[in-house]
Amino acid sequence: MLAYLIRRLINAVITLLVVTAVTFGIFFLVPKATGSDPALLYIGKTSDAASVEGIRVKMGLDDPIVVQYGKFLKGLVAGRDYANGPDVQHCPAPCLGYSFKTDQEVTPLLLGDLPVTLSLALGAAVLWLIMGISTGVISALRRGSIIDRTVMTGALAGVSLPIYFTGLLSSAIFVYWLGWLPQGNYVPFTESPGDWFIQLLLPWITLAFLFAATYARLTRANMLETLGEDYVRTARAKGLRERTVIGKHALRSGLTPIVTVFGLDLGALLGGAVLTETVFNLRGLGYQALTAIRGNDLPIILGVTLIAAAFIVFANLIVDLVYGIIDPRVRLA
Amino acid sequence: MSIGATNARPFLEVKDLNVRFETDDGIVQAVSDSSFSLERGQTLGIVGESGSGKSVTSLAILGLHRTRSNAKVSGEIWVDDEELVTASDEQVRLLRGGKMSMIFQDPLSAMHPYFTVGSQIVEAYRVHHPNVNKKIARERTIDMLARVGIPQPERRFNDYAHQFSGGMRQRAMIAMALVNDPSLLIADEPTTALDVTVQAQILDLIRDLQEEFGSAVIMITHDLGVVAELADDVLVMYGGKVIEKGPALEVFQNPQHPYTWGLLGSMPRLDRDVRERLNPVKGSPPSLINLPSGCAFHPRCPYAGRNGNRSFTEVPVLHGDLHQVACHLPQEERTRLFQQEVLPNL
Repeated sequence: MLAYLIRRLINAVITLLVVTAVTFGIFFLVPKATGSDPALLYIGKTSDAASVEGIRVKMGLDDPIVVQYGKFLKGLVAGRDYANGPDVQHCPAPCLGYSFKTDQEVTPLLLGDLPVTLSLALGAAVLWLIMGISTGVISALRRGSIIDRTVMTGALAGVSLPIYFTGLLSSAIFVYWLGWLPQGNYVPFTESPGDWFIQLLLPWITLAFLFAATYARLTRANMLETLGEDYVRTARAKGLRERTVIGKHALRSGLTPIVTVFGLDLGALLGGAVLTETVFNLRGLGYQALTAIRGNDLPIILGVTLIAAAFIVFANLIVDLVYGIIDPRVRLA
Repeated sequence: MSIGATNARPFLEVKDLNVRFETDDGIVQAVSDSSFSLERGQTLGIVGESGSGKSVTSLAILGLHRTRSNAKVSGEIWVDDEELVTASDEQVRLLRGGKMSMIFQDPLSAMHPYFTVGSQIVEAYRVHHPNVNKKIARERTIDMLARVGIPQPERRFNDYAHQFSGGMRQRAMIAMALVNDPSLLIADEPTTALDVTVQAQILDLIRDLQEEFGSAVIMITHDLGVVAELADDVLVMYGGKVIEKGPALEVFQNPQHPYTWGLLGSMPRLDRDVRERLNPVKGSPPSLINLPSGCAFHPRCPYAGRNGNRSFTEVPVLHGDLHQVACHLPQEERTRLFQQEVLPNL
């Protein structure tokens, strides 16, 4: 088990290294291809040649790409100093550089956005797990019934409708028409848990609807397969209550594949739910990424990409480890 | 109530059992008008091809069709003076795994892959002994594992089904079925997935345990050798119907139904020349949705039509005293055919 864990950790680190190399490569190559000068982007187009040159030296933009990448990695791990003679600027680890637009350090900027994305993703995840799994199980148990058909039709709608449609529609109904929920404005949990909850309710439901649809279909299919298994018949033959047969024996194997999907979905979502954050005006990582892309703010794009990649790699790692715990056949293989 | 009363009901009595499933393709008549009975300490062998209704019969006794909404069961099933067809789900559940239990065919798929073998047996024990604590249930399980011949039972308790060999897994399955001292044990092809030496061990084990516990055993199989070795009585099923039944010795020495002859003819024998061909029953089992008219066996019967057209139009009735058969051929004709045409080729 320990050897397996170490092997998986090494894999994760290598994956992240490759991701940084590729993203950094793009970050370096894009300005070259488009003919724009990163130094100019930092300082603004109206600056004189001397100060542009100063920035170029300070940011190390004239170094070969390998040296720049090395410095970037060093900054990530240990922090780095940007220096042009006596003008020294320290960027503490994990250093992701400075925004082209606002000159702010990228790391604290993104860390500030993280709670919004985290709140959105985790809250929605709780909702969609409850909604998706329960409706999926009920559908499987009442296969072919009206409940089953209703749930599956709803799930089809959930899968097919894009978030900018369901999001705007639910806003129109619950905020502007019925007036049950306030017009979106994120309130930190630490400030007021109640407001935090109410403000996030609509984004949660909208995002959860999309995912719950997939999970309901997945759960239903898994449960139908499991309910036909010989060991479920054995459980009944032992005289177990139907509750135990379904809730313990069938659900145990029916939900195992969900773990994989859930880990990856959550990991991806933590890197920013671009559409949901935009529709509901939540200033999270996804919103930040969108703004950065519009403004060609490469350091921020690079930062968000790295954080998103790290979440996905990390989620993958967790999924593998959890799988080893819940499936004894994987553990011992 | 009165011991030794002549009209006392047998321990297991199945009367006019009908099981059918309503499917999109039509009604599957899996079992039709089957009747048989069995006493404690006795073994009944049910023989037939796949789809002959032998497994469905046993599932109906355990009430395992109840979760399938498309299954319709009629007739009577009496176990120890309790009628099960009309009993409530809860009543049947309490008997299931307790008074009556089942050994399944493929123990790898019949055991849950995510729970240890020990915990699955503990669960089977505790559901019928709710007041027993975990420690005692564990001791009981280890004791059962040892009884069925699993070495190092304390250690194997924590293993998963996939860590057991085929034979050990079937032993564990038997331990699970016997953990509550059932009075009725149904073994559904318990040796099909095993190699020959292990088969013999498992059959010996079932016989020993039956002697020890005095249970009634139903042995479902397509292997006549197994029946010959274990059964007191034999039931031959074809197309969901009982077509021959009687004491095992009698059925083997003097089989009456042409289908039974076919089954005997398709058994390889070690005392014959290996180059000799087997005489299998020609054709394939009938569709249970659309059974052949008259005698369901007539399309495959080499003697159909010898008795006028009755085979094609009339369903033969089970007749006889101890040894019963459902065949239109007259008794003398069957005896002559068996002696002159069948026996020399067996």
